[in-house]
Amino acid sequence: MGEEIEIDRIRCDGHGMCAELLPEMIRLDDWGYPLVKKGPVPVALAGHAHSAVDACPVLALRLVQRTRAGS
Amino acid sequence: MSLFIEAAPTPTRPLQGEALVRRLEDWNLLGRGGAGFPVARKWRSVRERAHGNAVVLANGAEGEPLSRKDRTLMVERPDLVIDGGLLAAQAVGARDIIFYLGAEHRNAIASMRSALARRPEAALRRARLVEAPPGYVSGEESAAVHFVNDGDARPTTTPSRPFERGVDGKPTLVQNVESLAMAASIARGDDGSTSLVTASGAVRRGGVYEMPFDASVAEVAGASGGTTRPVQAVLLGGYFGNWAPAHDVWPVSMAPSALRSRSLTLGCGVLHFLGADTCGVDATARVMTYLASQSARQCGPCVFGLGAIAAACDRLADRSAQADDLRRLARWSGEVAGRGACKHPDGASQLLRSALRVFADDLEAHQHRRCLVTPVAVASAWRAPVEAVA
Repeated sequence: MGEEIEIDRIRCDGHGMCAELLPEMIRLDDWGYPLVKKGPVPVALAGHAHSAVDACPVLALRLVQRTRAGS
Repeated sequence: MSLFIEAAPTPTRPLQGEALVRRLEDWNLLGRGGAGFPVARKWRSVRERAHGNAVVLANGAEGEPLSRKDRTLMVERPDLVIDGGLLAAQAVGARDIIFYLGAEHRNAIASMRSALARRPEAALRRARLVEAPPGYVSGEESAAVHFVNDGDARPTTTPSRPFERGVDGKPTLVQNVESLAMAASIARGDDGSTSLVTASGAVRRGGVYEMPFDASVAEVAGASGGTTRPVQAVLLGGYFGNWAPAHDVWPVSMAPSALRSRSLTLGCGVLHFLGADTCGVDATARVMTYLASQSARQCGPCVFGLGAIAAACDRLADRSAQADDLRRLARWSGEVAGRGACKHPDGASQLLRSALRVFADDLEAHQHRRCLVTPVAVASAWRAPVEAVA
């Protein structure tokens, strides 16, 4: 349970704001596109995760509630 | 199913609806388009959302360069594909059936068109044949739905998979034509335990063969007239599949469970036999270049990742490798998967990872601008035991 980061890969243009704001969970690949750590966002980072979502210039980032295990 | 012989008409009515779904489940019939998803489960998930308002999209857009089996099936047994489409429509509660075929496969289109014109069933009155634009991703299920809806054969971002909202926003069953033909076969009590394979490479008679579902790789080579030269590796499952060392995979059954235990898959039924005189690094570079060129160019990790992978493979094959090429390939092979709207980067990186394992020594040699495929190496290569030539 908990929120996970989901990226709309078609929207994402590799601006890189998310990795700036949430380096604990997101780093950039060789071309500037985000690589996201698997699993829920730790509670302590929830605020930063929401900032990252809000900062994405193309609205490619969102937080989704995982309800089913393994889905 | 019998691909090349019209089976005698069966006196009994074919199984339908839930009885058929249950039979498909007992068979554990897996999809034959590449992903191998259980057919019965797919039909159920469409049916429970559809309330009689679903769409069946029979997928015959065969974009895989090494595969011929779907177009061959549609030329040889178009009525079996149509039967499967009708049974699926009845089982999931669909009023519309769309036959989605690659525009470049003229013989398959002609065959399906004339078979459809001959059929009297009322349920086919609203059936349509849609010509898919050429391209590897045109047959991807969300791309197929996207094309039928908007004329754009590029994958769309999940969620809202086609089984939830597909053609015209209706729950849509996208099912490969061989899977539908298999379902029709099973419905009328035929022994459905076969799969269609396309053999190519170092065999005498490459082509499409109908094999027992648990036939071994050796038996496919035998059915194809035997090997023409020593084989070093087999590409199993097509461009989204895996390279496997020939001596390892030769006795292995193509039954899904047997392949799964070796982390292999039959995918869309492609078996390409790579001769010991052909460089695996070179062959891989050609596949990766093709896959990079077939990106729908929507998602960064696919556009740039596959592009960079193809370029590095090319330099290695060309014996002009940069210092870090092989190491970077290993890293990228784990980074691009799961990062596209569709599974294009996943399939490509699976193929790449198998190449990194199977051709490890040759890749290392290529990193140092050498190649291990030499006349001496070919002369001492593993030789397949003599196959029973069918």
